[in-house]
Amino acid sequence: MIYLTLFYEFAKIGLFAIGGGLVTIPFLFDLSEKFNWFTPEQLTNMIAISESTPGAVGVNMATFAGFQAASVIGGIIATIGLVVPSIFIIVLISKFLQQYACDTRVQTVLSSIRPAVLALIIFATAQIMTLSIQNALDFALFAILAVAIRFYQKNPIFYILLSAAMGVILKL
Amino acid sequence: MKTYWELIISFFKTGLFTFGGGLAMLPIIKAEVVDRRKWITEDELFDFYAISQCTPGIIIVNTATFCGYRLKGFWGGVVATLAVITPSILIITLIAAVLSRFMDNPYLESAFSGIRLGVCALLLNLIFDLGKKIYTQSSQKKLHIGIFLGACFMLLVFKASAVAVVFTAALAGFLPYLRKFRKRSHK
Repeated sequence: MIYLTLFYEFAKIGLFAIGGGLVTIPFLFDLSEKFNWFTPEQLTNMIAISESTPGAVGVNMATFAGFQAASVIGGIIATIGLVVPSIFIIVLISKFLQQYACDTRVQTVLSSIRPAVLALIIFATAQIMTLSIQNALDFALFAILAVAIRFYQKNPIFYILLSAAMGVILKL
Repeated sequence: MKTYWELIISFFKTGLFTFGGGLAMLPIIKAEVVDRRKWITEDELFDFYAISQCTPGIIIVNTATFCGYRLKGFWGGVVATLAVITPSILIITLIAAVLSRFMDNPYLESAFSGIRLGVCALLLNLIFDLGKKIYTQSSQKKLHIGIFLGACFMLLVFKASAVAVVFTAALAGFLPYLRKFRKRSHK
């Protein structure tokens, strides 16, 4: 029975959390009040771990919360519950876009949201940068990586691994 | 069958090497899906990133569903979505079950602080490329620079949400039509 409840609760989060992973946090706090699956303190730890491990924060938190509630199967069911509404909504939108891709109104909307998306990405990046760059060493590492990426365009996975290695070597 | 397999590998990789939220996913998914596999164009990816911010759900999941659907219809969307969440399920289950204390390891912490800097550098690179591309492709440069500045203003002064910014930009795109309409009605 707990599996059904988990699926239902996380499908609700997937349906109402507009704007990505961090938006699911208030919903998870509600869950910690409504059920005794995890405490708000545990949730805070879950957020910290989810942000620093591979995978999208929202997906990681769902697996974590589901695991706390009902072990391995609970984690899997909560995560699948979270993504099921997305699959249906996105398929509907994709169908619409394919059908009206040549419509001038759809074209106008898409071309005018592009500069706004650029602004959104710049602001979000600035936020991440103020959190991540905390001293001169951080800034030096960041600057070296930024120049390297600009001039030697390689696969980003290479740079993720390189920056992890640089962090271990230079920061310990 | 081959396409399904490629979908699984690409989105498993994307899930595995994304640290943080949907934004950190963009450089990886662009390298994999746009540059390497050429499944969708860069424009489609960023249009979809914008749409994902205004629709329910996790951004990386929405983008995976979109790419999968484009290639193989409904089941392609399902397969890509499952592939992108699998690394999370595996890694978090492991951590939740045995490794929660392992996360305080100093080596791991410094690796993560390095990764955060790498993600910042990757995003900066993406911003340069994207800005250049939007500017050169724009057919109405004045209007689009105006929308960009307006969006910055909304974010800086009003701390507006992504949904509000995207909707305002979409409406602003119709301003030139309004002027044409007015001119016509004056005649």
